[in-house]
Amino acid sequence: MFEPLRQSLQTGVVTISYPKTPPEVSNRARGRPEIDWAKWKDARPAMAICPTGAIEFHDEQTTRAATLDLGKCIFCGLCADVDPAIRMTNQCELAARQRASLKLTAKYQLNAHGTHERLLDGSVATVDRDESVEALGQQLESRIRSVFGRSLHIREVDAGSCNGCEVEIHGLNSPVYDLERFGIHFVASPRHADMLLVTGPVTRNMEPALRKTYDATPEPRLVVAVGACGCSGGIFGVNYATCGGVDSVLPVDVYIPGCPPNPHALLHGILLAIGRLSRT
Amino acid sequence: MNLLPGLRTVLDELTQRFGTQIGHAHAPQPDELYLHTKLELVGALCSVFYRKYNGRLAGVFAEDARAEHNVFFVYYLYALDSAHGFVLVRVPIPQDKPEVTSLTNAIHAVNWQEREVQDMFGIKLVGHPNPRRCVLHDDWPEVYPLRKDFDLRTKLPPFTGVRHKFREVEGEGVFQVPVGPVHAGIIEPGHFLFSVAGEPVLYLQLRMFYVHKGIEKLFETLPIRHCVRLAESISGDSSFAHATAFCHAIERAAGVEAPPRARALRTLCLELERLYNHIADIGAICTDVAFVTAHMHAMRLKERALRVNEQLTGNRLLRGMACLGGVRFDFDSAQLRTLTELVDSLENAFNQLVELIRSHSGTRDRLETTGVLTPEVARDLGIVGIAGRASGFDHDLRRDFPHDFYDQVRFAVPVFTEGDVQRRMVVRREELFQSFGIIRQVLEKLPAGPIQTKVDEVPPDRVALGYVEGWRGEIFHWIHTAPGNRLARCKVKDPSLQNWPALSEAILGNIIPDFPVVNKSFNLTYSGTDR
Repeated sequence: MFEPLRQSLQTGVVTISYPKTPPEVSNRARGRPEIDWAKWKDARPAMAICPTGAIEFHDEQTTRAATLDLGKCIFCGLCADVDPAIRMTNQCELAARQRASLKLTAKYQLNAHGTHERLLDGSVATVDRDESVEALGQQLESRIRSVFGRSLHIREVDAGSCNGCEVEIHGLNSPVYDLERFGIHFVASPRHADMLLVTGPVTRNMEPALRKTYDATPEPRLVVAVGACGCSGGIFGVNYATCGGVDSVLPVDVYIPGCPPNPHALLHGILLAIGRLSRT
Repeated sequence: MNLLPGLRTVLDELTQRFGTQIGHAHAPQPDELYLHTKLELVGALCSVFYRKYNGRLAGVFAEDARAEHNVFFVYYLYALDSAHGFVLVRVPIPQDKPEVTSLTNAIHAVNWQEREVQDMFGIKLVGHPNPRRCVLHDDWPEVYPLRKDFDLRTKLPPFTGVRHKFREVEGEGVFQVPVGPVHAGIIEPGHFLFSVAGEPVLYLQLRMFYVHKGIEKLFETLPIRHCVRLAESISGDSSFAHATAFCHAIERAAGVEAPPRARALRTLCLELERLYNHIADIGAICTDVAFVTAHMHAMRLKERALRVNEQLTGNRLLRGMACLGGVRFDFDSAQLRTLTELVDSLENAFNQLVELIRSHSGTRDRLETTGVLTPEVARDLGIVGIAGRASGFDHDLRRDFPHDFYDQVRFAVPVFTEGDVQRRMVVRREELFQSFGIIRQVLEKLPAGPIQTKVDEVPPDRVALGYVEGWRGEIFHWIHTAPGNRLARCKVKDPSLQNWPALSEAILGNIIPDFPVVNKSFNLTYSGTDR
């Protein structure tokens, strides 16, 4: 009878203090790929080896627009193996409010033999952030904070995932990440929920169920798309059995890239959605 | 033909018995025998394999070969555990009369797989006791997605009509309780329809395939080098096992072998995958009977294992580690030390967890005699993996068909006959202790040398069977290669596809509140089943 108590006391507190402290990830972890845009000479090998089409380019006569889409990336690191200008970092806090801000694009002068050089448009490689949208986002954030700031109830919906994301979402309930210390709980019914945490790709069979779950969630409600498949359809894309990312079915408030995103990344995304990221 | 002695005997005896009717026989690998025969012989061969060689029908699948041979092929995959080999019986099905005689009446184990062939290829089952749709829901249009003339990106019309036609269960005081596809917990989607009288369950109907993603069709459209990553996404918690099974198949087709160090590292990763899943399952079983303290300790240990996975391979679920011809990353001495420390500390902590659960009589009360799957039923349904071993099926590919480094290590296969939730948990517990031993032995014997054999070209028109004993049970990937480093067909079989029907049997007579723990004790993957 005293054994549970003895073991709990012996174990002590194992909960991490994220987000006050940085994420505890190994320096070997593969997170956001970083492209040295100025030194990038050829997008073709990386594009050919990327299994999900996260690296793409479009040529127009003498220019090339090359894109790295973190919403499609599964962080396998194969591109970094073949291209010296690409390096895998261990950054996992990649969640974004807009799908477009996960896409990093650079324009280059195209050479005759298919390589590229000379970054055009200065050195800014990310998509221009729309100022008015940013301001709107801030307004939204303060509103969300006033509504959900102290407590949030989440309904998790697997709309077609491979269950990798579920393995990590389970981790949020572990004593190590302990989501409940933020006043955030997973609940059993969408009727009790403020947020749908949706993993994808949304299969055709799950599309009606996902819509019904959304309709059953009282307003105001948030939708967070989880993982490469939730953000974009991932390696499955769109086919006879899948519709693609969650935003092909529902309006999405926050996208959390990763394959799967680790619990830090999930926490980051959830806190971003409710405007409670103290470090930023 | 280079054949294992056991399979050679089988082939000789079959030739003696059936003469030229057997048709063409070939063996691309010593443990993989193909018999190209005709439909009329399927029943007789099945009977011989079961009665004489103690074999089992581990898979039924089809292939659209109309372009090359004007026929469909149906394959029957027999595992002959005692001969340590596989026999694949291939029969042609004429395209103008796509019909096949069902074996389900005799071999219940192939019920879902035969219906999958019917749904995906439009090959009609003759004599199947329940030929309703299985993979495609009832509201899908008449399409056969795995036929070659069906395009992957076909835009299907909106589904119409009734989604599922369930069997009606009637009687005084009988109620229906529909559950899913969106469940109360953080689990995958599927629909369960319970028919209950009071609390006990009279009948359970499963409706799966909600997360069907067209994976097998997708394999046919991707270049092989991308397929490894797709294999990792068949079932997230078995990423490495599925990817390795796929790599085995490709390596066999290409005639290459992973170097010894790569085979050892693969074995380590397979055991690491087993570790974190078994620990999580034991914790989850405890939480389903309200012993949350044990669950929290298990979650803590699982997190420790996942972080070591990340230090070793760069990903917590071991993704990105598998590659054709070996593994992508070597472990340096510091990493190997981390792994040794993990095994030591985890074994210690796990012992304490076991003691905690053992000392809690309430947990035992809830788990013993709950969700019993008798050995007879398990055998009829061909139940494999953890659930099979808890119900008397003494079988493990790691021992019976050793792959990777498993022939170099010693371990025991825990088998029980009671078949209840408690035994399915105990199988996991015992396997965990065996895993610690396997990891230690591999680390002791870790060969030096390269970790990859280059696989540049995969020759066309080769067939190969890749297999791995994942933590859930046996995983098969059967491939047929096409020109240009592509696949004409990739059949994926997760043990869950085999084991789901066991749930309907194990729950009978139990009360609905025990369903979560019974379901968790099997912990089958929906995504791996639905593909």
